[in-house]
Amino acid sequence: MILRKLMAQHDVLLVGGGGAGLRAAIAIAEADPDLSVAVVSKVYPMRSHTVAAEGGAAGVVKDEDSLDDHCYDTISGGDWLTDQDAVEYFVNEAPRELTQLEHWGCPWSRQDNGKIAVRPFGGMKIERTWYAADKTGFHMLHTLFQTSLKYKAVKRYDEWFVTKLLVDQGRCCGVAALEIETGKVEAITAKAVILCTGGAGRMYSFTTNANIKTGDGMALAYRAGVALKDMEFVQFHPTGLPGTGILITEASRGEGGVLLNKDGYRYLQDYDLGKPMPHPVKRSMELGPRDRLSQAFVAEEKAGRTLTGEFGSYVHLDIRHLGKKRIMEKLPMVRELCVKYVGIDPVTDYIPVRPVIHYCMGGVHTDIDARTSLDGLFAAGECACVSINGANRLGSNSLVEILVFGARAGHNAVAFAKECGEPDHAAIAAQIEDEKNRIDALQNGTGDRIATLRNELQSSMEDGAGIYRDESGLSATAAKVAELKDRYKNVHLDDASKVYNTEVISALELEYLLDCAEALVHSALARTESRGSHQRTDHTERDDDNFLQHSLAYYRPGEPPQTALHPVIVTRWPPGKRVYGQ
Amino acid sequence: MSTKVALEVFRYRPEESEEPTFQTYEVDCPDDWVLLDALNHIKNDIDGTLSYRWSCRMGVCGSCGMNVNGEPVLTCATYCKDFANGTVRIEPLAHFPVIRDLVVDSTDFMDKIESVKPWIIRDEEKPLEEGEYLQSPGELLDYKQYTLCINCMLCYAACPIYARHPVFTGPAALALGQRYNLDSRDQGEDERRSVFAGPEGVWECTFVGDCTRVCPKHVDPAGAIQQGKARHLQWWAKKVLMPWANK
Repeated sequence: MILRKLMAQHDVLLVGGGGAGLRAAIAIAEADPDLSVAVVSKVYPMRSHTVAAEGGAAGVVKDEDSLDDHCYDTISGGDWLTDQDAVEYFVNEAPRELTQLEHWGCPWSRQDNGKIAVRPFGGMKIERTWYAADKTGFHMLHTLFQTSLKYKAVKRYDEWFVTKLLVDQGRCCGVAALEIETGKVEAITAKAVILCTGGAGRMYSFTTNANIKTGDGMALAYRAGVALKDMEFVQFHPTGLPGTGILITEASRGEGGVLLNKDGYRYLQDYDLGKPMPHPVKRSMELGPRDRLSQAFVAEEKAGRTLTGEFGSYVHLDIRHLGKKRIMEKLPMVRELCVKYVGIDPVTDYIPVRPVIHYCMGGVHTDIDARTSLDGLFAAGECACVSINGANRLGSNSLVEILVFGARAGHNAVAFAKECGEPDHAAIAAQIEDEKNRIDALQNGTGDRIATLRNELQSSMEDGAGIYRDESGLSATAAKVAELKDRYKNVHLDDASKVYNTEVISALELEYLLDCAEALVHSALARTESRGSHQRTDHTERDDDNFLQHSLAYYRPGEPPQTALHPVIVTRWPPGKRVYGQ
Repeated sequence: MSTKVALEVFRYRPEESEEPTFQTYEVDCPDDWVLLDALNHIKNDIDGTLSYRWSCRMGVCGSCGMNVNGEPVLTCATYCKDFANGTVRIEPLAHFPVIRDLVVDSTDFMDKIESVKPWIIRDEEKPLEEGEYLQSPGELLDYKQYTLCINCMLCYAACPIYARHPVFTGPAALALGQRYNLDSRDQGEDERRSVFAGPEGVWECTFVGDCTRVCPKHVDPAGAIQQGKARHLQWWAKKVLMPWANK
């Protein structure tokens, strides 16, 4: 078999080495140590953006809590656009997955009796958020990465950038990937592929998302004909640092932090979110859901009650009353970030905050088994839409989602890989030449710089696809995205080298962002209602008759995507009013 | 407010020349810019050929460590204004092979992390149905500090032992191994001992302490290594002087 020398072959291949990818890799290695698992990641796994998650991970653990309550909080938090069968599975599995991580060594914060400690979080009826101080994602990612090292079946391709899904006869058989260190493009084949590449927050300029969050997996699937689902739902986290967009965790409000306008007034009481109490009240005020808090900020801004600084308007987050000891124990990273990046100390000062792009509820359309419509292709984590987050994700659900659905995708990919036959390696190898040529052709462009196009995309998304949208703004952004896609064809690169050419990677990432943005704006245009994080000023009401449905966007070369609707699965919780502050 | 800074940047492009050079970029840096922002400005608007790693820009992903005026730092946590109207020399992290420009080869570091078996080792696993292992806040505190390592590799760039003797397991990896040794859930210290107490382990360290000085997360790897030495001595004393104690 000469081909064996030409390309690497695996049973299951993961694109992305963050929380979802590593959880999947371990699940596969544990399911069958004889299987070969490949983790293909454009960064070393511990650099993945899971590392930046702060507040915690939700799983029912208290006696007085119930699985049904976690389901209801998640479903109402998502404005009923969640698939309830997926939510039930997720909620049932959450405690087990979090315990598994404990057994693997995650340094969860503890109660005095040695049991896991939990904290309150936005939109959750009761304390169920497990945490490791305020570096939960960091500890989860490092625990998963370190644990993954003991499984010899896991082969890592660190700093390999996936440029294309290899599809043959209607089945995904691997990926084309560029080794960043050498510039070589190779086929890595597998019987099943799982996308775990995270979100696409870099479509926007003001975001908590790291530089690497460029929607790679979403765009890869979209280009391969798989629908992107509910892309119009993008979460604005209410408390980002102005300028940098660095996240100040919701745990700061869970611990008792309050939001104040320029008059020192807890303005959330004016937005149907409850009455201000001296202590945090669950599902109320500062512990309301993120979409509602970000929307309240915009209203305050319009009314002239926010403060104004170098980076636009902001409000104050006050955690001073928690005291230094509690801040150091529960929120050390908040303090570290404020001191380092704002030059203030939250022990004695207000923290300036404003809403910031944080999370994509939408993503690659999968079923409850993490399967996509393309045989052999699965997706999990932020890049996927399964969908448990609906129109608005609750804080601390996503760190559990990557575990529950990472593991599920892993198990189902194993089952698929064991049943399917060998891919047609020769047919797949033939696709690689085209891919090499496509990437080489990037060197021929004479037009705009990458940053020019990216900046224009980001500012157009901020203008047209923000917290509040309308038809004219979305249409203008849609036209801009089309124009940028056209100009991208002639994008200019300075760097012609093969060795560690980060400019080529940035160009390919920009192309992914443009695809994601296209799907987002066209889905947003088609959804003529307001629900969760998608607020249309020209269609202000939720419209269950027409839009208790997921949006699907299908790629069409050279023209806007085909959009369609897809039924939402309702099991036990019929659509109702979202009530907070009661 | 902004200030002019001259960035003298290490350039190495192996396809063009085997010899590294320095290239100076004059950049007008707003006061809120960190060095990484200045590098991104160069990359985006002046010279797209400059290569370096970065991701989170908030000091937690560990990608953007470089030697700045000879000192290893995270460039996302070092402000341009600290070099106002002056020159700052930016080089790849010391003691690692350079792939290109400011990008170093991390392979050796990754191997060392793996060599200390940084995972929970137990004789018997408790079934998940029985819940979590109990661990008091005090037991958590015993190892917590050593969990805070972001693998940024600054400590290796600062370590004089690693510079002379690259087989030395090194600060971050030994601190990580110690993190597991001190975890009340772990029983793997015997398995890690060959690396810890072997010729590439803790006894190589002469307690210069530069690793701890440069650590952006205050992990104190030097402390972890001294603790490792003490534990090894204790174990050795028990084994050799009081063989009955281990029975």
